[in-house]
Amino acid sequence: MTLDLSTPEFLIERNRDRCIDCKVCVNQCANEAHTYDEEEGKVVSDDTKCVNCHRCVALCPTKALSVRKYPLEFRSHGTWNAHYINSIYKQAATGGILLTGMGTDKNYPIYWDHLLLNASQVTNPSIDPLREPMELKTFLGRKPDAVKIENGRLAEKLPPQLELEVPIMFSAMSFGSISLNAHKSLARAAQEMGTFWNTGEGGLHRDLFPYGKNTIVQVASGRFGVHTDYLNSGAAIEIKIGQGAKPGIGGHLPGEKVGREVSLTRMIPQGSDAISPAPHHDIYSIEDLRQLIYSLKEASNYEKPISVKIAAVHNVAAIASGIARAGADIIAIDGFRGGTGATPLRTRDTVGIPIELALAAVDSRLREEGIRNQVSLVIGGSVRNSADIVKAIAIGADAVYIGTSALIALGCHMCQRCYTGKCNWGIATQNPNLVKRLNPDIGAQRAANLVKAWSHEIKELLGGMGINALESLRGNRLMLRGVGISEKELEILGVMHAGE
Amino acid sequence: MKRVYAKEEVCAGCKLCEVHCIVAHSKYPNDIVKAFKTGVRPVSRVIVEENRPVSFALQCRHCEDAPCTKACITGAMHRDPETGIVTNEEARCVGCWTCILACPFGAITRDETGKKVASKCDLCSSNDGVPACVAHCPNEALVFEERK
Amino acid sequence: MNRVFPRIPSGCAISGIMNKKGKRISGVDIMKSIALMHDRSNGLGGGFAAYGIYPDYQDHYALHVFYDSLANRVTAEEFINEHFNVDASEMIHTRKVKSITNPPLIWRYFVQPKKNKLLSSELTEAEYVVQCIMKINSCYEGAYIFSSGKNMGAFKGVGYPEDIGEFYRLDEYKGYIWTAHGRFPTNTPGWWGGAHPFTLLDWSIVHNGEISSYGANARFLEMFGYKCTLQTDTEAITYIFDYLMRKTGLSLELAVATVAAPLWKEIDRMDDDRKELIKTLRTVYSSLLINGPFSIILGTRNGIVALNDRIKLRNMVAATKGDFLYIASEESGIREICPNPEKVWVPKGGEPVIGLLEGVKSI
Repeated sequence: MTLDLSTPEFLIERNRDRCIDCKVCVNQCANEAHTYDEEEGKVVSDDTKCVNCHRCVALCPTKALSVRKYPLEFRSHGTWNAHYINSIYKQAATGGILLTGMGTDKNYPIYWDHLLLNASQVTNPSIDPLREPMELKTFLGRKPDAVKIENGRLAEKLPPQLELEVPIMFSAMSFGSISLNAHKSLARAAQEMGTFWNTGEGGLHRDLFPYGKNTIVQVASGRFGVHTDYLNSGAAIEIKIGQGAKPGIGGHLPGEKVGREVSLTRMIPQGSDAISPAPHHDIYSIEDLRQLIYSLKEASNYEKPISVKIAAVHNVAAIASGIARAGADIIAIDGFRGGTGATPLRTRDTVGIPIELALAAVDSRLREEGIRNQVSLVIGGSVRNSADIVKAIAIGADAVYIGTSALIALGCHMCQRCYTGKCNWGIATQNPNLVKRLNPDIGAQRAANLVKAWSHEIKELLGGMGINALESLRGNRLMLRGVGISEKELEILGVMHAGE
Repeated sequence: MKRVYAKEEVCAGCKLCEVHCIVAHSKYPNDIVKAFKTGVRPVSRVIVEENRPVSFALQCRHCEDAPCTKACITGAMHRDPETGIVTNEEARCVGCWTCILACPFGAITRDETGKKVASKCDLCSSNDGVPACVAHCPNEALVFEERK
Repeated sequence: MNRVFPRIPSGCAISGIMNKKGKRISGVDIMKSIALMHDRSNGLGGGFAAYGIYPDYQDHYALHVFYDSLANRVTAEEFINEHFNVDASEMIHTRKVKSITNPPLIWRYFVQPKKNKLLSSELTEAEYVVQCIMKINSCYEGAYIFSSGKNMGAFKGVGYPEDIGEFYRLDEYKGYIWTAHGRFPTNTPGWWGGAHPFTLLDWSIVHNGEISSYGANARFLEMFGYKCTLQTDTEAITYIFDYLMRKTGLSLELAVATVAAPLWKEIDRMDDDRKELIKTLRTVYSSLLINGPFSIILGTRNGIVALNDRIKLRNMVAATKGDFLYIASEESGIREICPNPEKVWVPKGGEPVIGLLEGVKSI
């Protein structure tokens, strides 16, 4: 054995005055960072194993624990910081790709934070959502250019739509990447709040078919769990082309996560790796996409909207236009700060573009082409709060997908170790010991609470702008002003600078 | 009567129920650190049974026809006719462990920290409210409710 | 005139008179009505629209045009002459009014589209005319067509509305519909084209309010070839009605149900057919919902429609007497010219007041 050059990332601090050696931390740490020393009769910790997920900190009954960044520092260097040095140690030792979880943690610009909202003063009254009606209802799906009416009656029915009470949906996260209890939580919360959750690419567990009315079922390159009943169980079908955290690459669910339930749901042998190819091997071009869209429409009797989800990449506007013309009813765009259960670190941190710019570009492009009204636009990838949602809608989104935010509501502490399968919060794991930790009754309530809280806040912000229906904000970029960004960024976002 | 029921499927096995049972029955019910560090640490009356991934907290079921009360040689173990709560009057308990033999659930433990007595869940009857184990379960895996 | 105009919020006074039998009256009454509401304007914009004023040229589009200079006129007239047969062209007669300073050149043309141009454009006549107007207004510097309907005209400028009426000698015109607008912009437009009413073909709109949905409305309209060059609510509202009624063929009633859409909880209570219809309209034309406070009077050759936003954030009163229908921001604006109306009422938010000429089925 050679010298291991890795150093701990975190330092576990145990206040011995408060520690009662109750071993709660020991039995809760799946990484085995805490152990009980029988001889000494006390609990001890191993910093090298800590991932800073806060499970022990949150459960410690005497608040004896805290976790800090490990104080060891390399000699400061502008180019060679600890991240790059440690990455090399790791790769030199393993010869492997660096893996990570969740969205990028690099300091790329967050345009949400450079946009400010308007409010009414004097010339136009603001509206109090506690006293006046305030409407957030949103319909996703294809809209005709004109409503056909004959003799005062509707002559042509509206194409199938998803009816959302709030413009917030839970993004695609597969059963496999997250636990069944996480799926249950999101499904129930979506039902309670009158919105939708998304199966991700791993199929729909049989216990969750009753939530079909609030479910978007996904068809991805691996086609896991796709069968007639599945396609018809959901309210909409989403073709997943790409994901913001890993544009251009597929997915890999290691065999150890493919237990009995995942195996049954994905329709693959227990213990086998579930590999989603990088592209759909029946989609090498836009016209191939059209075929799959129409195959799925045919299979579902033209009763469900078809969504196509792509990662925000450089040419996103043109691609989105192609998708609209290929017959998609909803276009979902995932920005490069979007999360994931597992992704190569360098892909996550360097591929794609921010969702704000992608959204602005797509919305503008579709309007230039006169087709924006025909399709719905859903965005995701780092929607952190209700104001981000309001800004997204003002730029031009119809609704947003929230993934990371939803998981944080379920207890995720952003340790970015989803790919290890040792999620101490019972979310990104298939280990039955850990899955139990997420009580779906609590999870559903918390996820629903988050959506509820955000919709209250959205109503407050809308009321301030003198708007009482969300559709009047959609694409209403006059409600936004930029601060501290360049002329070019303002131009792409289509907003004026504050003070203008 | 209201009893404590375990939801095995969401028991995280953290054993905080045990910690808080100990605290609630210690001399310092409002100070966890003192409860553990001052004097003798009381025995927990709730036990987390584990055969991973199965785990759940077990405590006295407060049987209507409680075998332990019949087995008790001194009459220390008795069931309150009004509340239905089975308790062990420790002053009269002689530590013969007959109740432990009789209990079909294994919910009675030996407490040899002081005078030898049988130790069991009293539903925190001395403080009237929700039992400490239920109140402190972080995952709502314990509920205190009336069931038919 | 092809500048980028900042969006200017403004408060306003509006007034409208129509005679259902088509009897033509002079502009004196409408000027009195709007003059009474003097304090609702601030002298930075006023205007009128009148229907039935050009009986001799009923079948001609009457183009009213502002020019910055003679040179601008010459250039724009080249375009007009190329696309239209111009049967009469004249400077609009005005009267010297002390408070009205620095007016542009104001011209009037009675025109019909050139047959061959219209045919080769493969557009409907109305669309052809609209596109020609959009072309001049967005591409010809110093030229702005502010009125383009048949047998109707808009008269507007920078000043108090009563002075503008005096300036344009409206006492000498006779119409069966008159609408008026006094403006209270919160900064100076300094440009005559920015005054109201706003018109497109036969449509005219006077509007009081500041709509919060402007950005959403304008960006939707832009997809369908409308250029919201003025950045005013009135312009956007005119285009919305033009789009919904002329382009997509919605009835007035359904157009109103689109721009002042019922709340979803009201839609839920409707019978199934109606629910389906209104839900579809609200879904498909969601970007045309007009949000925020407004009271508007929409005029066409067939009548007028007065409408408030759906939660009534602006005042507006209606009254009738005999064959006359009156609408005004304030009741006093009506009583000034009709002291004893038969009926006076305050229309509810989102419920239109519709006045149609006798024998006409729809606006």
